[in-house]
Amino acid sequence: MAVDEKLKIELGKQGVFVTTLEELYNWGRRSSIWPMNFGLACCAIEMIATTMARYDLARFGAEVFRPSPRQADMMIISGTVTKKMAPQVVRLYNQMAEPRYVIAMGACAISGGPFKQGYNVLKGIDRYIPVDVHIPGCPPRPEALLEAFIALQKKIDGQSLTGENRPRFLDENAPGEFPVPEMGEHDLEPPANKNVWTVPVVIR
Amino acid sequence: MTSSPYFSLAVLFVAALGFGLTPLGLAWLWRRMLAPAKPNAIKNAIYECGLESQGDAWVQFRPAYYLYGIIFLIFDVEAVFLLPFAVAFTGLGLEACAAMLVFVLLLVEGLAWAWAKGVLAWE
Repeated sequence: MAVDEKLKIELGKQGVFVTTLEELYNWGRRSSIWPMNFGLACCAIEMIATTMARYDLARFGAEVFRPSPRQADMMIISGTVTKKMAPQVVRLYNQMAEPRYVIAMGACAISGGPFKQGYNVLKGIDRYIPVDVHIPGCPPRPEALLEAFIALQKKIDGQSLTGENRPRFLDENAPGEFPVPEMGEHDLEPPANKNVWTVPVVIR
Repeated sequence: MTSSPYFSLAVLFVAALGFGLTPLGLAWLWRRMLAPAKPNAIKNAIYECGLESQGDAWVQFRPAYYLYGIIFLIFDVEAVFLLPFAVAFTGLGLEACAAMLVFVLLLVEGLAWAWAKGVLAWE
């Protein structure tokens, strides 16, 4: 039973704090996102800068970079995903505990970037795993990564724990395993995960 | 019972047990009731750096490595103790010199033994 937003503000002015279990749960979730210690290319340098004193990712409760996927909640795809690296990225994503989030950082991670025409670069990691936030930039500045964090926190805050639009990890039937691609003769097999990504239709 | 001198110890023991077991119990409850468990074969795999594990982890290491490690220790410890001894050499008496000689000879004995056994020959 959600509390009326205006009533909540009014009660807050009187010194009465009202919350719901869902809000508390989401507050805990969004304030303790532990990223995985995982850098792919030059974007990782900006990611490291974001965690340092000047930009201070700790303000968002996300400074605890874990070197193991078992303890991490969030994967920052920080850089170019080559076709050789993509299976490892997907496998690591599969090994992360639920709930898990993905930020695709930089032009390479979201689309292949300057290497899009290359034969060995994946044209966006969202072909294999569900990405929560995309950040453009080459590389994005630390402020952009912070913006992505805030966007992710807002997304988590807006999720309801029950009902149709509940997040994937609370849905019994939603997939928990994303197939790891393998290198075929010419390209990764399959070239994309059909359940996650569809070929975008360009309307001219 | 409360008059027993060990009563306070028993209370502390129970408290210590509770201190350790309560978080474990809470974690277990949390996992059973709330954690969104979505296990799969990849997640339950052993290796954690993105690659599939290959072969068996139960492999044998050659003992030559350990022998080398121990022999290295001879020189290592020798250097650590000989350096301050050498620095303070002029101010030391005959006893210190004799003690150091015993120390060095003990280590040299180990080295001589290893040498005689043919450990130093790397195959």
